[in-house]
Amino acid sequence: MTVALESVLEIHPQVAVRPETFGALAYHYGNRRLIFLKHPDVVTVVQSLNSHPDVQSTLSACGVAPERWPSFVAALSSLETSEVVRERQIAS
Amino acid sequence: MSAKSLVEEMKRGLDAPICLTWELTYACNLQCVHCLSSSGQRDERELSTEEAKKILDDLRDLQVFYINIGGGEPMVRRDFFELLEYSVANGIGVKFSTNGAFIDEEKAQRLAAMDYLDIQISLDGVDAATNDAVRGEGSYDMAIRAMENLKAANFGQFKISVVVTRHNVSQLDQFKALADHYGAQLRITRLRPAGRGADTWHELHPTNAQQREIYNWLLNHGENVLTGDSFFHLNALGESLPGLNMCGAGRVVCLIDPIGDVYACPFVIHDEFKAGNVRDEGGFAKVWKQSDLFLSLREPQSAGACASCGAFDACQGGCMAAKFFTGLPLDGPDPECVGGDADEALSIISRGSEPKPSMDHSKPVTLTRKKLSVSASH
Repeated sequence: MTVALESVLEIHPQVAVRPETFGALAYHYGNRRLIFLKHPDVVTVVQSLNSHPDVQSTLSACGVAPERWPSFVAALSSLETSEVVRERQIAS
Repeated sequence: MSAKSLVEEMKRGLDAPICLTWELTYACNLQCVHCLSSSGQRDERELSTEEAKKILDDLRDLQVFYINIGGGEPMVRRDFFELLEYSVANGIGVKFSTNGAFIDEEKAQRLAAMDYLDIQISLDGVDAATNDAVRGEGSYDMAIRAMENLKAANFGQFKISVVVTRHNVSQLDQFKALADHYGAQLRITRLRPAGRGADTWHELHPTNAQQREIYNWLLNHGENVLTGDSFFHLNALGESLPGLNMCGAGRVVCLIDPIGDVYACPFVIHDEFKAGNVRDEGGFAKVWKQSDLFLSLREPQSAGACASCGAFDACQGGCMAAKFFTGLPLDGPDPECVGGDADEALSIISRGSEPKPSMDHSKPVTLTRKKLSVSASH
């Protein structure tokens, strides 16, 4: 999928995020991959995704200035590719 | 952040290790000549089941994502499955290394039913002659039987773990084919002069020409073959191999040994690299976060004699453990420096004067012979 401001995302349920001084480490228990989140703001956004309706409202709520949104969308796209985040599944 | 500055961050250490090895026991049914922990006999001070679970609680609290379990042969512990299940239930994935002796059909099915579990079967030759010369008589058949059982139980992708020596470098393609045959992933790692490996390193370590062969082979196959990033000293030959190009000892890596001692990495079981014990007040977390040794390893390290070498950025001076146990200074070239810069220093170190491992759990020779004849008659 292509991540956009209106995308509805969540942290992949098989992913654990561990804060570090440079940002965070994310570990995917399914594919056993370790991913580096290299900026604390990206970590905050990723951890807030589940609490907001979509990407744009998450970015606003986390205080990310609109001029930085494109870079965050790009970061989330790459995290979607590595399955750290995914399209939100409707809870059944 | 660029990849380089990320490595710089990691050199300053992480809040918890990424790659934690835990040797569960010094007991082993084999007596490999290159065993990095000089295993054989159980140590009576071995951690109890309750102590082991306490460590797993600590690792869970530190958010350690997975652990590498080894030994000795970890499956000889009677609480092996209990600890596996406890770890996984606490969100800590497990990868364990085994010689395969105890993976019969029933155990293979039990392992296949578990989540978040990886298995590494050790194999150091694609034929019994090459493998058994290093790992002991009957050990090739043992490993193959375990792989057959895992395949039959539909375990999925296990790993075949190879220590690269002078005698199996030429078999790398065949190891890959063997792994493909079993639907397994190949992992090759560097021979370290640690434990009994210190006694056999001079005879077993790849020649300089073979090192180039390993490097070229990894450049061609690197993405699909695991290495534990153990060959970064070869980066001095040119383009960097995939993986982290740094020594992670005490920064992102450490070892908990069977009696709870914490070392900077699995290849330096020596008092000089012992940071503390999990039985000490504060447990593992305090050792990881506060031990003098680990804090000092997280300081910028001197390039020493390598400072003027143009390849230093690429190879980082190589492996601390390899230098230490061959008697070389830690701030100089790796004994397998591809530029040959350690050759002269190595040639003047008299054999036997190198530092010795602090502990030796090898079996007495007669007992070893008896054991081998027993396992061969299975």
